[in-house]
Amino acid sequence: MIYFNAFLFAGIICAIGQIILDKTKLTPGHITVIFVVVGAFLDVFDIYDKLILWAGGGALVPITSFGHMLTHGAILGYHNQGLMGLFVGAFDLTSAGICAAIIFSFFFALIFEPKD
Amino acid sequence: MEKMKYKNLVDKYTPKENIFYNALIAFITGGIMGIIGQGLIDFYSYYLTISTKEATVCMLVTLIFISCLFTSLGFFDKWVNFARCGLIIPITGFAHATMSAALEYRKEGMVLGIGANMLKLSGAVIIFGVVSAWTFSVIRMLLGVI
Repeated sequence: MIYFNAFLFAGIICAIGQIILDKTKLTPGHITVIFVVVGAFLDVFDIYDKLILWAGGGALVPITSFGHMLTHGAILGYHNQGLMGLFVGAFDLTSAGICAAIIFSFFFALIFEPKD
Repeated sequence: MEKMKYKNLVDKYTPKENIFYNALIAFITGGIMGIIGQGLIDFYSYYLTISTKEATVCMLVTLIFISCLFTSLGFFDKWVNFARCGLIIPITGFAHATMSAALEYRKEGMVLGIGANMLKLSGAVIIFGVVSAWTFSVIRMLLGVI
């Protein structure tokens, strides 16, 4: 059942993004930024956590989960370390994604030639 | 009058985007990405016997690795052109943007090329993500909900 929910949730988010892309003059860059901000906002009142419980991987794969993790980390940091935690905790959960993207991109860029 | 004529002419020859068809493609590819994500989480938590949280991190790293590899091998661009938001909105889009910027500026050298331009496209995601996350956390702190 969770696979069906994952399909439905991730699909609906992508379809909304595609409709925004077609209807307006925004570029894909704008759209990913909008979705990150929406994800960060949805975490303020723990809505996104419920969505993750409902849709599992379907809610974790879209870029909205990136914003969710940033807010989640900052709030968790404040909870554990006080005011400084707002700065320390923000990258707590997302560091893996950013690090992986940077490291793999760097080494693959050294190895491969651009194919154009 | 001439302006109207010109506008009509432009409208006539601008390729019409079939919004419903594009949205359907994005829906299906995005949904498949969600299923792959959930499948990888289940796979890792079952075979490596780790918690769901760690399996999530493994899943994200795997997806980023795959999309970086496919981008540098050259055929991920075609998939993105076909599926559009179906692959841009998932985390694969973030990795794809980073990887293609790194490949594009590769010939300008390691520091000024790859290092300076790698986050050219995906940097916006990080900047806006951090700024909005910090602002929302401060708002939540001030509201005293924590």
